[in-house]
Amino acid sequence: MLRIHLLEIKYEFLKALRMPQYALPTLLFPIIFYIFFSIVIGQQHLGMSAATYMLATYGAFGVIGASLFGFGVGVATERGQGWLQVKRTTPMPMSAYFVAKIALAMLFSSIIVLGLMFLGVTMAGVHLSLGRGLALFGVLVSGAITFCALGLALGYNTGPNSAVPIVNLIYLPMSFLSGLWIPIWALPRGLQTLAFFLPPFHFSQLALRVIGGGRGLPVYVHVLALVIATAIFMAIAYRGYRHDEGKMFG
Amino acid sequence: MMTITAQRSLHETFTQPSPAQLSKVTKRFGTTTALDDLSFSIEPGELVALLGPNGAGKTTAVRLLLGLCTPDSGIARVFGANPRDSANRIRTGAMLQVARVPETLRVREHIDLFSSYYPDPMPRQEVIVAAGLEGIEKKKFGDLSGGQKQRLLFGLAICGNPDFIALDEPTVGLDVEARRALWKQIRAFVARGKSVLLTTHYLDEADALADRVIVIDQGRIVGEGTPSEIKHGARSLEDAFLTLLGR
Repeated sequence: MLRIHLLEIKYEFLKALRMPQYALPTLLFPIIFYIFFSIVIGQQHLGMSAATYMLATYGAFGVIGASLFGFGVGVATERGQGWLQVKRTTPMPMSAYFVAKIALAMLFSSIIVLGLMFLGVTMAGVHLSLGRGLALFGVLVSGAITFCALGLALGYNTGPNSAVPIVNLIYLPMSFLSGLWIPIWALPRGLQTLAFFLPPFHFSQLALRVIGGGRGLPVYVHVLALVIATAIFMAIAYRGYRHDEGKMFG
Repeated sequence: MMTITAQRSLHETFTQPSPAQLSKVTKRFGTTTALDDLSFSIEPGELVALLGPNGAGKTTAVRLLLGLCTPDSGIARVFGANPRDSANRIRTGAMLQVARVPETLRVREHIDLFSSYYPDPMPRQEVIVAAGLEGIEKKKFGDLSGGQKQRLLFGLAICGNPDFIALDEPTVGLDVEARRALWKQIRAFVARGKSVLLTTHYLDEADALADRVIVIDQGRIVGEGTPSEIKHGARSLEDAFLTLLGR
C-alpha cells in the first residue's frame, strides 16, 4: 500500500521533470512578479519593507498557482483524456493518485517559496529570523491543501481543453482581489469587503501574520474561512466525481 | 476416492460463477438508450466478441462490467460479484479507448507502476514477452508506434495476472501487421485459460479471435453464435452482419 503511493509519487515527479515546459511557467511567474513589484518598484513602507510583505503575498500567489495548475489542470487533463478511467479499472487506491499529485503541488510550492525567500534575502534586504522563515514556509506550503481542493473541484468540472482558461479566469482575478499583487488596503473599500469572501485573502493574511503583518483579524477567523472553503471545494469535486460515473457511452 | 474427487471438481466446474455477466441491463444517457434489457454471460476460458456498429452500446457494456458506471436497471456481475469489489479489481484487467497516456513515462515504468497495484503481478519480463514489447522497454510512450502503444495498453491490462480482461476496440486504427501482432498476444492469453470480452466493429477480428460472437445494435442483441454459425447461409460474415442489422 505504501509502495503504491511512493511509486505513484515517483512517477508523478518524473512526468513533471520530463516536461519542464509545463512546470516552468508555474515556478517562474510568481518569482518574476515578485521581482517586478517588490524589488523594482516597491520602495514604500507597509509597516515592513515591501519586499518582506510581498514575500508572504507572492508566496501565497505561487502556492495557489502550483495547486491549481499542477493539481487541478493535471486532474482535468488525465480525466478528460480517459487515462484516469483506465486507472480506475485497476485496484489502485484513488488516494495514491491524489496524494501523488498533491505531493507534486507541494514540491512546486516549496520551490517557489524558497526561491522567493532566497531572492528577498539576497537582493531586497529582507530580514527574516530562521524561526519566522520556517513558520512562513510552513504556512504557505500547507495552504496548498485548500487550493488543491479548489483544483480538484475544477479538475472534475472542466475538460482537458477548458481547464487552463477557466483556471486562469479564476486564479488571476481572485489573486488580485485578495491583495496578493498589490496590498489589500490599496484596493477600493468595496473590493476590500469582497476580499473577505475570497480564500486567498485569508491564506495571505495567515502568512502575513507569521511575519508580523496582516489586518489584525483573529487567526481563527482565517483558519475557519479556509476550512469552510476547503469543505465547499471538496463537495463540488465530489459532485463532479459522481457525475462522472454515469457519463459517456458508445 | 477417485469418484469423490471427480465429483467435486465437476461440482466446482458447474458452480464456478461466470467471469462476466450482464442480466437484463438497461442503461440510458439522457434520452439515448445505450443498452436495452441486454443479457449475456461469458464462460471461463471463453473469448466473446461483442460486434456492432459505432454507438451500438459496446463500450457501455464494457464500462458496466468494469464498474465504471452503474446500470439503470438489471445487474452487472464479475465472478458473481460487484465489478467494483476490490477482489474483482484484482482479477480483472482492461484495455480501454484512451485519448492520451502520460507520454514521458517509459514502457518499463508504466508496467512497474501498474504492477504495483496488484498483490501477485506477473514478473515484468513476462509481461514484456506476453505483450510483445521486447526491445522497447526503455522507450517513452510518446515515442511508440500505434501498434506498440496498443500492445503496451494490453500489457497493462494483463500485468496483474487477471482471470478476465475486457478489451474495448483494441486494434482500432492499427495497420494489418500491428493488428495481427496484437491478435497473437490475445490468443496466447486465452490459451492460458483466461476469459476475454472484446468489442470490435471489425468482422475479421471477431472471426479470427472469438469462440462466440454477440452482435448488438441499438443496445439489443440481434444475433449470437460461433463465427461460423453466424456466417451460416451467408456468403461472408459481412453479409450475415448486415442482414442481422437489417440493413
